[in-house]
Amino acid sequence: MVSPILELKDINKSFGHVQANKNINLKINKGTIHGIIGENGAGKSTLMSIVYGLYQADSGSISISGKEIKLRSPRDSIESGIGMVHQHFMLVENFTVLENIVLGFEGEFVFGQKLKKAKEDLKNLCDTYKLNIDLDSVISDLSVGFRQRVEILKSLYRGAEIFILDEPTGVLTPQEVDELFKILRSLKEEGKTIVLITHKLNEIMDLTSEVSVMRQGEVVGHTKTTDTDKEKLAEMMVGRSVLLRLNKSEAKLGDVMFKVKNLSVKDDLDVTRVKNVNFEIRSGEILGLAGVTGNGQTELLEALSGIRKVESGEIYLNDEKISDKDNLLDPRELKEKGLAHVPEDRQRMGLVTDFKAYENLIFGYHDQEPYSKSSILRDGDILSFSRKVMEEYDVRPISPQLITSNFSGGNQQKIILSRELNENPKILLVGQPTRGVDIGAIEFIHQRLIDMRDKGAAILLVSVELDEVLSLSDRILVMFDGNIVGERVNKDVTDRDLGLLMAGVA
Amino acid sequence: MVAAVDKSRVPWWVSNLIVPLVNLILALLVSALFIFIAGENPVQAVKLIIYGSFGYLDGFAYTLYYTTNFVFTGLAFAVAFHCRLFNIGGEGQAYIGGLGVFLVAINVSFLPVPIVWLLAIAGAFIFGAAWAFIPAYLQAKRGSHVVITTIMFNFIASSLMVFLLVDVIRDMKQMGPHTVALPKEIWFPTFKEFAALFGVKIRYSPLNVSFLLAIAASFFVWFLVWKTKWGYEMRAVGHNMQAAIYAGISPYKNIIIAMCISGGLAGLLGINEILGVHHKIVAGFPAGYGFTGIAVALMGRNHPIGIFPAAFLFGILYQGGSEVTFDMPNITRYMFVAVQGVIILFSGALENLFRPQIESFFVNKLNMKREI
Repeated sequence: MVSPILELKDINKSFGHVQANKNINLKINKGTIHGIIGENGAGKSTLMSIVYGLYQADSGSISISGKEIKLRSPRDSIESGIGMVHQHFMLVENFTVLENIVLGFEGEFVFGQKLKKAKEDLKNLCDTYKLNIDLDSVISDLSVGFRQRVEILKSLYRGAEIFILDEPTGVLTPQEVDELFKILRSLKEEGKTIVLITHKLNEIMDLTSEVSVMRQGEVVGHTKTTDTDKEKLAEMMVGRSVLLRLNKSEAKLGDVMFKVKNLSVKDDLDVTRVKNVNFEIRSGEILGLAGVTGNGQTELLEALSGIRKVESGEIYLNDEKISDKDNLLDPRELKEKGLAHVPEDRQRMGLVTDFKAYENLIFGYHDQEPYSKSSILRDGDILSFSRKVMEEYDVRPISPQLITSNFSGGNQQKIILSRELNENPKILLVGQPTRGVDIGAIEFIHQRLIDMRDKGAAILLVSVELDEVLSLSDRILVMFDGNIVGERVNKDVTDRDLGLLMAGVA
Repeated sequence: MVAAVDKSRVPWWVSNLIVPLVNLILALLVSALFIFIAGENPVQAVKLIIYGSFGYLDGFAYTLYYTTNFVFTGLAFAVAFHCRLFNIGGEGQAYIGGLGVFLVAINVSFLPVPIVWLLAIAGAFIFGAAWAFIPAYLQAKRGSHVVITTIMFNFIASSLMVFLLVDVIRDMKQMGPHTVALPKEIWFPTFKEFAALFGVKIRYSPLNVSFLLAIAASFFVWFLVWKTKWGYEMRAVGHNMQAAIYAGISPYKNIIIAMCISGGLAGLLGINEILGVHHKIVAGFPAGYGFTGIAVALMGRNHPIGIFPAAFLFGILYQGGSEVTFDMPNITRYMFVAVQGVIILFSGALENLFRPQIESFFVNKLNMKREI
């Protein structure tokens, strides 16, 4: 039997008290696309960082084509034929593609014939794998999808045989995802090996031939993709059965609760990011706002929640004008009027991560009774309230005194949700409610949002996860370059349709 | 390289007691080296310090007098720091606070004494706060960094006070740059008088009831920062300004509040110096306490429970240090300024130098125990 191209034996790695990887055994066969799936914090990224030489394992061994190797740094692993495409690209923005690829070896290249040769080789590689990259274009002019290709090209040029891709589709439009998958398949056909790290079940089913499931630092399952299905994989990931489809009844629409009229908003650099946007949300409705990151959703959400100044246009809450060019109700006043906001970026905005959990659970509501009286915080009431909501929203561990940064991403998100939903807001603005949240918690959060809708709240859901928008919304708006470029009723919409709108093509 | 330590596993006493203690010991070892190089015996110097600051009642009272000043300026720095403002203007705020004490006390001295005291305390606080308000406003509205503006305001305060003491409020019958004395009735009761009640005679001691005010101020700061909504908001702004804005907490307002309270606390130094000791404004009375307060606060990890012992330590060094300079001709006053500098260096700037090593050492030790 041929030995696997990459074999991990009994890999262990801990950080302090936390064992991130426990006795990992993994065989990856040459010429396959191998999926590694697991919730956030399951240890996928740690494992791959060990393979890429960023961390050293505490024990265990790594072999490539049956030969044991020691990986002390990324350079070792590049030399062993391992290439990695990170979630955040490691490219110099104002360099050309070519300059980025020879970076680190430029001493040999800059003057000499070698650069010409390199360029030729790269062109050949581009043709073979249909990468379609112009080597002389500057990185900052390229779209995210193309930048990712540059990373792949870089690894190819350095002679990688094994490609590790860490959550590669998180930042791509559906069309870009299709393109990426084509490239990955052609890599496979040329005999390269691909390790795909993801938490998206669709990608695993589409692309991989084998899949390993990780949970709490261990590999809990290993199977051929054809022998399994999404439900089984999800169950293995979470350790219990998961509802992939939501209990969602028909929306019972009520009155218009929230209305945005000709709204324009500028960002910090004075660039208009939201251009003349109009929409309304009814009670009992979830309005989904889809779009690729950076098309004005962030600024829109900030303007609606009273954080960012309105450039022109008006915002109405229950037919009462709350904000326009000259007037902006601050977040506290908006809260009093029944508007709650779950911000897109929980660590930057939603939480003070250095605060204890109970301090974050009253954040923004801290000057209301019973949390404070005559400006003095009432620790007893706050703590008993905290324990109650932490239990209700399944925040783990239930320790209100624990510093918030010690909670996992999903539990931090639940802290925010429990705080914002607890007051039964009439209007709820939600940004990326499940970004970086594990599958078990996603199910929980989605169900809560539906429950809020059924209680009559008007909900605006801003998300870059198309699946999320599709499964939750009753109506969908697509935002591109600051404009609302399409409106669809959820019943008659397809991925492809939305994808084209998101890309600004349709 | 030491691997990153999981902070949640580090026991509180390691990060809050062991680490500052190790830093302090290192600082003292380096200081001992200085003394050795200067040609004196470090062991003898330590003995002198301990005798000077604890060995006899007068000395101990001096130690506590210095402690009082350091508590005020240390608390002042800490309050601003919880809002992530580096107020290094304690020196100037204390100076102007002293002006407040004097102006209030001299003008209301006809009132009953306890009321004069209360008004003088208010005067110290308000003048100190007002002096901090200008940098605070510039930071909040204009984004001028408080580090730059507060240090400039130290110089402005100093020049302003020299001008006032020379041309405006000087005791015109005297040559020196100081004011007339306050009426004797409103002077703060001193430790000397208190000791005399018990028949204990001491020569002279600057220690006075301001020490109790320092204790009260410590409680006030603890309550303000951790138990009130103002402290909560200040800390929120300090830790994450974006999040504060999201929650409807105004950074502008809180920067001003934090700086004003900070300045007010620094101003209370004027109570100790003017109502308690000099009974008049003397040029340059803050004498560096404002700066040393920064080190006190950093060493005390910006918590009143830490600031008090840190202030006491600096009190020991001040008092014990002067004892050493009397007895050891090779050691000058400036030597002890250097010693202070070394302590500030190790417990402030280099605070995290050995922290990872120490923390991971204890975390591993404790893990082993648990596994057995």
